[in-house]
Amino acid sequence: MHNLRPDLKLIADMVEPGSRVLDVGCDDGALLDYLVREKKVDGRGIEISQQGVNDCVAKGLFVIQGDADNDLAEYPDGSFDYVILSKTLQAVHRPQLVLSELLRIGKHAVVTIPNFGQWKVRMSLALRGRMPVTKALDKTWYNTDNIHFCTILDLFDLIEEQGFRVREFVPHTEAGKRLNLSPRQANWSADQALFLLER
Amino acid sequence: MNKGAGKTAVLFESDALTLDSGAALSPVTVGYETYGTLNADASNAVLICHALTGDQYVASNHPITGKPGWWERLVGPGKLIDTDRYYVICSNVLGSCLGTTGPWADNPATGKPWGVDFPVITVRDMVRVQAALISHLGVDSLMMIIGGSMGGMQVLEWLTTFPERLHSAVMLATAARHTAQNIAFHEVGRQAIMADPNWQDGRYYEHEAKPAKGLAVARMTAHITYLSEDALTAKFGRNLQEREAVTFGFDADFQVESYLRHQGSTFVDRFDANSYIYITRAMDYLDIAARHQGRLADAFKSAAHVRCCVISFTSDWLYPTVENKRIVHALNAAGVPVSFAEIESPFGHDAFLLDVPEMDHMLNGFVCAAARTRGLEDKDA
Repeated sequence: MHNLRPDLKLIADMVEPGSRVLDVGCDDGALLDYLVREKKVDGRGIEISQQGVNDCVAKGLFVIQGDADNDLAEYPDGSFDYVILSKTLQAVHRPQLVLSELLRIGKHAVVTIPNFGQWKVRMSLALRGRMPVTKALDKTWYNTDNIHFCTILDLFDLIEEQGFRVREFVPHTEAGKRLNLSPRQANWSADQALFLLER
Repeated sequence: MNKGAGKTAVLFESDALTLDSGAALSPVTVGYETYGTLNADASNAVLICHALTGDQYVASNHPITGKPGWWERLVGPGKLIDTDRYYVICSNVLGSCLGTTGPWADNPATGKPWGVDFPVITVRDMVRVQAALISHLGVDSLMMIIGGSMGGMQVLEWLTTFPERLHSAVMLATAARHTAQNIAFHEVGRQAIMADPNWQDGRYYEHEAKPAKGLAVARMTAHITYLSEDALTAKFGRNLQEREAVTFGFDADFQVESYLRHQGSTFVDRFDANSYIYITRAMDYLDIAARHQGRLADAFKSAAHVRCCVISFTSDWLYPTVENKRIVHALNAAGVPVSFAEIESPFGHDAFLLDVPEMDHMLNGFVCAAARTRGLEDKDA
């Protein structure tokens, strides 16, 4: 009855039932609604668009209009068991700060990123000499929200530099199909990757 | 003006109301209106809190002006706050002048109107009276409490003082404290009233002449703070009032002047000057965090079960988004579930009273979810 998008289902699978969850960039609340109903979590959201906020509120969810760059600072330390940031890290102004904020207010962070290291993206730049536009990254350089491009290996580096631990690493296709690959292999092949992080 | 035609309840007869100032009031008469029917388990009550110069006529004609209720757009049969489903209560706040005890009423000790001998009240005092009123009406807990501007301040004081009596709470275009600028505008209004020779140190009730000029100026000043520069420009620009050119005099040459004069002169027919002084003072004294060593979140520690919704408007410079967000952050920090949006609107502070579809969409979703979680059946079920 709850047909959750497969990539969101991967995130939902990381969350323990009954936990406290903040979904940063929760969109229409599909994931949060699933977590509240199926996993009985205490769920909260942050969403920038009015339409998204309205959709969430109509579902009975609690969501604050805002974004990852500006609205995480106000949450007390350890307010949540999980803080979710889905395909947004590359679009924030200060990814390093946002990442550390996620793990300040949450015991765990679930971060997913589109992989700019994937071979299609690399080929696109290498052969065409233009900023890559692929199916997964379908915007041109001047109108993309993605202002901090990173690859899977780049994110591993940042996580290590920040002193955080990767508890689970799930590379997957854009459709949400899990790929059984090492980080180095995934950096070449995977559209996206999910990281379950902890302090 | 002072006697509303509607319902009244006499409260605090045996036990006086102790005010924040330390003074005691007994009895306290409350003018109120109700719409709809209280259900068998008294779970469908909604309390609507009015703003500074509002009143209990939220969804029925005003007894003095004959105008429709101030929120009939949202409150009524089949509307967003559906009086076919909910039992809606709205009462005139303590200190006001439409049936509720205020400076215009007789001081029991002297048999004459209180005037400025009336004790100074706070927003929390208003809320204590409302709590007694809903008990009187057989309501233990509210499905929802909702208010904008000073109405939102009352909602905040309910959250701090009677959270156990709330299931959900909506605050629109409001603040948990008055800033220096808020106090400054109110002081201009009070000084305008007091500068009117007819004010007579607040003892004008026995005279024919009322401080109408002073009250009108107070209203004109305040009215500007309810709008926005864009709204004024869009509505009036520099348009002249029924004339081809400026007159080189001090007549109302400009439409905006004529509009403000009209706002001022119609206001004095329905409002008491001393009530205006007392209620603006109550708002100026509001600083909820100050009661908790500056930590607003601590004020909401017992409200973690209350479903909350806060809405601000982009063009509201009276209670701007930053003040509303302060509330949201405090609720969040206290673990209170809260939704928030800053809604695009050109109308200034008054937006919460006007036709702003995005506000309606958000409110509708929130009200339906609140009713659902309260165990009230869906409209369409």
